[in-house]
Amino acid sequence: MAAVYPLIFAALLFSVGVYGLLSRRHAVLVLMSIELMLAAVTVNLVTFWAIAGDALLTGQVFALFVMAIGAAEIGVGLAIIMLIYRNRASVNIDDADLMKY
Amino acid sequence: MTPLLAQTEAASGSAEFWVFIVIGAVALGSALSMVLLRNAVHAALMLVVNFFAIAVLYATLDAQFLAVAQIIVYAGAIVVLFLFVLMLLGVAGDQAFTGRIAGQKTTAVLLGLALFGVLAAGVAAPFLGEGTACNVPVEQRVDAEGPLCEGLAVANADGNVRGVGFLIFTDYVWPFEVTSVLLVVAAIGAIVLGKRREDPGELTDAPASAVPALRDDDDDEAASDEDAAEPAAAGASEDDEEGTR
Repeated sequence: MAAVYPLIFAALLFSVGVYGLLSRRHAVLVLMSIELMLAAVTVNLVTFWAIAGDALLTGQVFALFVMAIGAAEIGVGLAIIMLIYRNRASVNIDDADLMKY
Repeated sequence: MTPLLAQTEAASGSAEFWVFIVIGAVALGSALSMVLLRNAVHAALMLVVNFFAIAVLYATLDAQFLAVAQIIVYAGAIVVLFLFVLMLLGVAGDQAFTGRIAGQKTTAVLLGLALFGVLAAGVAAPFLGEGTACNVPVEQRVDAEGPLCEGLAVANADGNVRGVGFLIFTDYVWPFEVTSVLLVVAAIGAIVLGKRREDPGELTDAPASAVPALRDDDDDEAASDEDAAEPAAAGASEDDEEGTR
């Protein structure tokens, strides 16, 4: 299988994640779109490892690191969303405009 | 991989390709429906489907350990966390929200398509035709032409899990430990942020003029984050304001 197919797939997945990130207003759904983009990046890492023919498993190890950092990000992000909800009674990210201007 | 399966794949030649086509279609379809579905819980369930499909994709790309970790970490833990928070906050999707940006969806479609064009031209197009992703069985790979596929055979010679574990605890032990520290810090931060406080006005966004006094239970560290902590009694009035908005 040519390497271009997983790369195109990852680009499509990332673009879908970007669309969700830009179009969604529910803060949890925005975080889920970010997860989609992280998954696309991880697919790219594994694919490039396979292309390079690395005798070590460097790409997979870094994909593992991306996975761990994504988990940490989701934990903190959901806690922040719950805090915003507690303070503003809304999970609409358009309402979180305190730092605007 | 069982010998029978290896023989079947060697016979059919492009089995990985068709697995990839089917799994990629499932992953992209579930991703699109996750982004488009109105109900937030349905979107989270579509995310589970997407993560499982990507795990299968990792398995076809010779990353068995990552496939299992993907299922455990993402489809298991993270989606449960998402669903938990969705149930806690109310399961309405974002159809209830009125946007303030005109033409947001159209702009999002345009920007997403533009980004796909950039990514496809910049990242994927250089590998058109050349550069094989070596997801063929080991039996085929050793006598394939070029050094590319031999490298992967060497990498996975002792098994994928053993290779990843060896690399984590030798070459990448320092990033690995830093990642564990990051996870601990994130867990502590999530607990601190999510903890219900006795004073409901703490950490609210009222202006500093409305703040009566700082809480003094963080006696030592309070000086450093005095600016960040803005307790106020404005929590009750927020709800009324939301209703009329």
